Amino acid sequence: MIKPVSVAALPVAENFIIQKNRIENDAGPGCKRVCVVTGTHGDELEGQYVCAQLAKILNEDKQKLSGIVDIYPALNPLGIDSVTRGFPMFDLDMNRIFPGSQTGLLAEVVAHDVIHDIDGADMCIDIHSSNIFLREIPQVRVSEQTAAELLSYAVMLNVDLVWIHASATVLESTLAHSLNIRGVKTLVVEMGVGMRITENYCTQLVDGILNLLHELGMWSGQIGQVRKPLVSKDQRIDFLNSDAHGIFIPGASHGSHVNAGDCIGKVIDPLVGVVVEEVLAPNSGLLFTLREYPVVFGGSLLARIMEDSKNG
Amino acid sequence: MDKNVIYSIKSLYRESMNIIGYTFGSGEHSCCVVGALRGNEIQQMAICAQLIDTLKRLEENGCIANGKSIMIIPCANHYSMNIGKRFWPLDNTDINRMFPGYDQGETTQRIADGLFKSIKDYVYGVQMASFYREGEFLPHVKVMDTDCKNRETYESLTDFGLPYGLIRIPQPYDTATLNYNWQIWGCHAYSLFSNYTEHIGRQSTQTAVNAVLRFLIAKGIIKWALHRGMHTRVLNEELIINVQARNAGILKKHVYVGEEVSEGDLLCEIIHPLEGNTIGRIKSPTDGTVFFAYNKQLVTEYSDVFNIVPFSYT
Repeated sequence: MIKPVSVAALPVAENFIIQKNRIENDAGPGCKRVCVVTGTHGDELEGQYVCAQLAKILNEDKQKLSGIVDIYPALNPLGIDSVTRGFPMFDLDMNRIFPGSQTGLLAEVVAHDVIHDIDGADMCIDIHSSNIFLREIPQVRVSEQTAAELLSYAVMLNVDLVWIHASATVLESTLAHSLNIRGVKTLVVEMGVGMRITENYCTQLVDGILNLLHELGMWSGQIGQVRKPLVSKDQRIDFLNSDAHGIFIPGASHGSHVNAGDCIGKVIDPLVGVVVEEVLAPNSGLLFTLREYPVVFGGSLLARIMEDSKNG
Repeated sequence: MDKNVIYSIKSLYRESMNIIGYTFGSGEHSCCVVGALRGNEIQQMAICAQLIDTLKRLEENGCIANGKSIMIIPCANHYSMNIGKRFWPLDNTDINRMFPGYDQGETTQRIADGLFKSIKDYVYGVQMASFYREGEFLPHVKVMDTDCKNRETYESLTDFGLPYGLIRIPQPYDTATLNYNWQIWGCHAYSLFSNYTEHIGRQSTQTAVNAVLRFLIAKGIIKWALHRGMHTRVLNEELIINVQARNAGILKKHVYVGEEVSEGDLLCEIIHPLEGNTIGRIKSPTDGTVFFAYNKQLVTEYSDVFNIVPFSYT
């Protein structure tokens, strides 16, 4: 059933609407509810295919569902419609204004409505797809402060990596943080690249979500083979930022294992035809982030490598 | 006056972006004024430019106090300004959400780091700020209510001689701004909001320049005579009343920034954008002064169309 989550009048003959698709079966009092949320950033589209596939599978085998799955494919419909990462006509990143406000601007009221709608769910999966600059392997990101509670769920999602990262105050205004402090266990998924859909990643995550539902006792339908992710417990994450300006040409495959000293790519100057920077892996490990957009300034992130575990 | 490049960044096909600091006097790092961090903060850059022009003359006349120095950085983002973009040209990130910066990080983190290293040790810091809402403000100065409360920081709000001094409780997204980090580093930091952002108002520019000069005089950094400005009303930002639109359409304002209104006065009408009839009327919820007015013609439901500072808090 399609339900409105937030509605507001736009200036000329149109309403702003955020919708969710509620798929339910055997949903009596006390049943479990899982929310799948995406489209906070209008240029991140991988979640679109995940939502579509999940809705299709659940609807086709609805009798095997026990509980409620709410699918929110677009928290920022105006952004998706206009190839805009942010909320159009609003300066702040939409994922920096949660939990929102009933008396704020449109984006803040929307954020409030979304939180209010999800509140009380057993779990939430917040799907992101990096940005147009970087390609990511399917991964779950959890903060150090929530890792103890969330890690056991993160590994169910059929991703390749679970990255436990340091907390930062500025991240306290994300959807995930706002839901986690309300008791809604929320996992942030990052995968693929902005403005594109990577079908095999999406299918992988759909299998993971079905597995999570199965583990929660909400899904008795078919589930695929679920991989065991690498977990960044004590391993170092190397950030490789460009020190030069130019055009980045990758030299290693995204998602591959690289050895210390391997060439990850090079930055070239097309005007004079020279390599201005050769980017080498500082350590051996998993190349889980790789730059997709070629133009770089000094400081542009080129790659991230999770160092091999010293424990083997 | 000394003119120095305090940070430089190169681009593939553009000339280097050199962030320039203009220093007056010598000795203690007394006060730093930062202008545009965003590409559309034209008024903020223009205020700094006029301030530099004025300080040149004051320095020539020996008006900078001995052992004190002032640095003005009029623009830290002309790559964006020259292409009419508010945020960083390549990745649309906001330098003013990157402080204190990181020298091994992303481009705008590196710019923030380079800038912050040069300015963090000043005793006083003034940022010519712009707000994320579209509209016109009464000129005011603001401090963040951080944990490192310093009585002098709040008391000095009145030294600018602007009509309002606001104290803001920081939100998580404020923690990466210049103002917040300046204060965390022990600087007495202020954000000065002029009326406009993309438009240079002659009067508002002069008002802001005079406010900074008045502050420098009050702190003994320059020796000069200037009228004391206005009586400053200091209040917590949360006491300002937001007036939201409950209809969407064409905004027809009946009052403007700075006007005094009584409870029940008609502030604006919302006109049906296709049929021309009035579909909403917004009245003032209180007696007070119009502090902010939205300046776009079209309004969305929930738009913050006016902010009113009440005459009293009871």
